[in-house]
Amino acid sequence: MIRFENISKIYNSHSTALKDVSFVVKPSEFVSVVGRSGAGKSTLLKLLIAEEKPTKGRIYFNSKNILEMKSSELPFLRRQIGAIFQDFKLLPNKTAYENVAFAMEVVGKSEKEIKNDVPRVLDLVGLKDKTGNFPRELSGGEKQRVAIARALVHRPSVIVADEPTGNLDPINTWDIIRLLIKINELGTTVILATHDKEIINALERRVVSLEGGTVTRDENPGRYILS
Amino acid sequence: MFLTLNRIIKSGLLNFWRNGWLSTATVLIMTIALLVWTSIFLTNVVLTSVLGVLAEKVDISVYFNLNAKETEILALKSRLQSLKEVTSVDYISSQRALEIFQKRHAGDEILLKSINELSDNPLEASLNILAKESAQYADIASYLNRDEYKGLVSKINYTENKVAIDRLSNIIGVMRQSGLAASLVLAFIAFLVAFNTVRLAIYSSREEITVMKLVGASNWFVSGPFIVEGVLHGIVASAFSFMVIIPTISIIGPKLFNFLPEINLIQYLGNNFWSLILFQTLGGIILGVFSSWFAIRKYLKV
Repeated sequence: MIRFENISKIYNSHSTALKDVSFVVKPSEFVSVVGRSGAGKSTLLKLLIAEEKPTKGRIYFNSKNILEMKSSELPFLRRQIGAIFQDFKLLPNKTAYENVAFAMEVVGKSEKEIKNDVPRVLDLVGLKDKTGNFPRELSGGEKQRVAIARALVHRPSVIVADEPTGNLDPINTWDIIRLLIKINELGTTVILATHDKEIINALERRVVSLEGGTVTRDENPGRYILS
Repeated sequence: MFLTLNRIIKSGLLNFWRNGWLSTATVLIMTIALLVWTSIFLTNVVLTSVLGVLAEKVDISVYFNLNAKETEILALKSRLQSLKEVTSVDYISSQRALEIFQKRHAGDEILLKSINELSDNPLEASLNILAKESAQYADIASYLNRDEYKGLVSKINYTENKVAIDRLSNIIGVMRQSGLAASLVLAFIAFLVAFNTVRLAIYSSREEITVMKLVGASNWFVSGPFIVEGVLHGIVASAFSFMVIIPTISIIGPKLFNFLPEINLIQYLGNNFWSLILFQTLGGIILGVFSSWFAIRKYLKV
């Protein structure tokens, strides 16, 4: 479903984020990408949603090379991938409800579908009572739930989560991880980038380890082992 | 398509309302820009009519010898009228000149008595010539100085007024050119200030724009609401600007009218009310939309 082929990303002569990275993600898989800060996890996910372009290599999404897509095709790629970020990236001028509804408006869903789906997804992430609140009125954990609701409301085939628990306390962290597992069990592919050892070891799913921009391990089920 | 357009408009209206302070600041700056534009325009209207009034006050008079026949004078008049430089020619016979003289000096008994004691009318017949442009008086004067008219013409007052006429035509020329240059510069500065305000407002939304793009929104879906906001800024700024212009003109207009009766700003405003509103609102909308569109392009490249 997703194939990284000999991907390299060089920012400048002193900074190489990724070196010759290749691996495949199958449909409905739950893959964790682990590594220390600066190992290249975030860069890898940014390449998948075409936020950045690799210096070398090819990335296939459903057999289509992302790098050959025109900029007018990128929105259609991104609508199939729900993205969750460490800093939430919510729209500050929209309420929780509107933030989630935005992802459906983008896809062109009808008002009826939006009125039906948004409250259900917000209920799923446990935010039934906060639909009218703006992001500034929500806690970190609540903001991340809104972000997750936004990422999955239009039923994308893949969810990529870049350090989604990086800014959260342990209780919220596990709530978020349980949500991601639940989403995966419903059939959505999940790619999770994290440096949280406890989460990885408890998940018992496939783990791709990155060190200095290269893949050092790829095991299923894997554990958090860095040299 | 209709659904998307509807969403873009709704989102633009909502953003305009929720960005309260930012919208207010942008609207006020745009109001100032529109006021500058309209003031330049109205000043130009006033200046043009002042220059017109001044130009009409400049003319050239030819006086004829007392023995010149009226038919000869009228023949010259029609020849002058056929010159392309000439706007109009007025014939004042010596009889008419006398009437004007008597009227002008109605209170001066001695002068009137002395002129009545003369057996003949001492006043010469004359032609008053108005040129299209003040620079053309020299050509007309040299035309009248031709040998064929030597016996006919007694005096051309152009030579007497030459300095004043030349100076005035210089002033008119300089005022036209420098006025145009100054208004262009001022209008451009006003545009830059408004444009940069919109740019700053959009700069503050740059992360929001990136997020929208990453969620999968097309360029139009992202920039549409900002353009709608730009239209709103333009319309509201135009309304504000009119709310300043109307009272200002109703105060300045009558004062200017007392000073220069040829210029009636209130009447001008009345006659051109709708075109001024259209000019302002269109100017505001174009300014708002262009600035938003130009400023947002940079952040869409995600």
